Amino acid sequence: MKQRPTGASPKGVSRRTVLKGAAATTAASLGSGVIGTPMIWANTLKDVTITQVGPSFSVIPDIAEQASKDLGFKVEQQTAGTDAVMSRVARQPETLDIADLEFWAVQRVWRTLNLQPIDINRIGSWDKIIPLFREGKNNDGSEASRQGTLPHEVQYVLGAEDKEFSATPTELASIVPTIYNADTLGIRPDLVGRQIDSWAELLNPEFAGKSALLNIPQIGIMDAAMAIEARGDLTYGDKGNMTREEIDKTIEILIDAKRAGQFRAFWSTFDESVNLMAAGEVVIQSMWSPAVTVVRSRGIDCTYQPLKEGYRGWGVGMGLMGHLEGIRLEAAYEYLNWYLSGWQGAFIARTGYYSSVPETALATLSAEEGDYWYHGKPAAQDILDPYGSVQETAGRARDGGSFDDRIGNINCWNTVMDEDRYMIRRWNEFISA
Amino acid sequence: MTPFRSFIPYLQVAPLALIMILLVGIPVLTVLVTSFWSSDGIDIYPGFYLENYVEIFTSPVTIRLFMTTIKFALLTLIFTLLIGFTCSYFLVFHIQNLQTKIALFLLCTIPFWTSNIIRMVSWVPFLGREGVFNSAMMGLGVIDQPLDILLFSDFAVVLTYVHLFTLFMIVPIFNSMSKINPTVLEAARDAGASALDILLYVIIPLTRTGIALGAIFVVTLVMGDFFVVKIMSGGQSASVVSAMKNDIDQMYYAQASAQAVLLIIVVLIMISAILRVVDIRAELAR
Repeated sequence: MKQRPTGASPKGVSRRTVLKGAAATTAASLGSGVIGTPMIWANTLKDVTITQVGPSFSVIPDIAEQASKDLGFKVEQQTAGTDAVMSRVARQPETLDIADLEFWAVQRVWRTLNLQPIDINRIGSWDKIIPLFREGKNNDGSEASRQGTLPHEVQYVLGAEDKEFSATPTELASIVPTIYNADTLGIRPDLVGRQIDSWAELLNPEFAGKSALLNIPQIGIMDAAMAIEARGDLTYGDKGNMTREEIDKTIEILIDAKRAGQFRAFWSTFDESVNLMAAGEVVIQSMWSPAVTVVRSRGIDCTYQPLKEGYRGWGVGMGLMGHLEGIRLEAAYEYLNWYLSGWQGAFIARTGYYSSVPETALATLSAEEGDYWYHGKPAAQDILDPYGSVQETAGRARDGGSFDDRIGNINCWNTVMDEDRYMIRRWNEFISA
Repeated sequence: MTPFRSFIPYLQVAPLALIMILLVGIPVLTVLVTSFWSSDGIDIYPGFYLENYVEIFTSPVTIRLFMTTIKFALLTLIFTLLIGFTCSYFLVFHIQNLQTKIALFLLCTIPFWTSNIIRMVSWVPFLGREGVFNSAMMGLGVIDQPLDILLFSDFAVVLTYVHLFTLFMIVPIFNSMSKINPTVLEAARDAGASALDILLYVIIPLTRTGIALGAIFVVTLVMGDFFVVKIMSGGQSASVVSAMKNDIDQMYYAQASAQAVLLIIVVLIMISAILRVVDIRAELAR
């Protein structure tokens, strides 16, 4: 079914050789350095266009615009949900150059071998990437939770023709980590009216008809499992890789809750989650950080509630498609390096996500912004979103506190289970019950 | 001479046949073939496997999805038929002036100048817990608790279907009714038939082609929908196609194909049931 462009064909080799020759000539005549990476390809690079495809929370037009300006070649972006990105990588690899993939999606699509391994020696700030990705450890040196797909488990690969991930660090990365966050429940404090401190509250009959769950099966079932485990109904071996029995029990509990009228809705897009919350249809639900921000920006109180069981973590990175070679591969590497150089990290921090290289992001953010977003301190002044409107007034601290309090407290990771197919079947049963 | 002449009809159907083969035949065939393949969410293994069908026929979800979807289709059919027939009856038999008739008919189509999605989504702020209807009712003191059943429920789904699809019932029924010769009705009246008799024994039999056509539109539209169900039930209900879409999103194409084949068969059975009651082809040629 799939065809992988290989550089081994006689045609590929000759074209590559010609390009390299041309590039070398340019290199000899030019030699200026901009933003750390020598711009030796400048004359020809400017004709390159790199197409990046990813979900709306990572692929943002402002970032592409700034990158194009800084780099001198054109970065084009297309928005597609993680499902669609996976499908493009697997089925139409030639239609994109860079794929923004969630780590669990990498786990799923790497074996198509449509992505090429990334040489970490060519990523200037690789060593500054937080240890979570490189070593599977929190900043304080403790082991990160391995429930679900800990990004580190799929971070390193063995080679271009190898479908397996490497358990130990190699020189080759599957993707370059870019953004990540710790997800939790969003609540309407004004309508809930009391302290919420456990995932169990999602299934509490007190909120019957006023709670909602995310309808992306792989993630929704994890949120449900957090709640079920917190309530003490079931202890999972690994919430991120349930056995059939665990899936069965989970779905049974969910179907009972649904029949008892626990859920108001199951949402699958960002906007739906915002509207459910803002309209008061729902007072407690699985939610994403920027969605909470949007609800708040409408003047409605909404909290991204830290819970004692911890967070559900996720991460996104950029993968290089296998067909990139020669000058276009150079351009792609330059773009990856630019991405980690601070501008993007600061931009994304203002939407509530973290950069894989906090050092450069913090250098670009103002001290007050850094204190608010990363250090969990109360805002010294009004905090603006990336587009300049106020999203947090002075004095209030970020929900959940500092980087280490949030990321260091992840309980499980977004994932794809071995019993994925069975789980989706049972999930459909739950939705249709 | 004769061989050539007998060839002409084939030439005449060729353009339509070509379009049908390209745009209907080949895609349906592809779906049919794919439904026997195997897929693990990334790779697709061509071959002849029955696993997708085994999965469908052994899963309790399948029958439940079809029952839900058929329930939606029948409810929508009943309401659109009642409303569509009444509207057409009024337009055809009560409005004497042709211009008024045309103007009122066009009025029916005005909501259709905006997109389906807008018309659907506009119900959400109206029916919501803090929506216009609940606020008004509570303000008037009719209810003291907001009615949750109005939104994100089967009620909301059927309401939206009726709103979206009634015109598909009005147009064919209006068309059939307009063809009824007024002298037939006069004759019936002269022969002593009551208004109810005329409705039951003259008008309904003579508009059954329109009713059947409208029913086909409505049934196929509802059976093939996933978006209205998803939004208006707040994801609480699933239809056959929404389950299919879940599979497509997860790249289980082969499994989705098998469901598509089953859906095509069920819809074909429903359509042929309608066609058994009314022979549309004979009626249209009349």
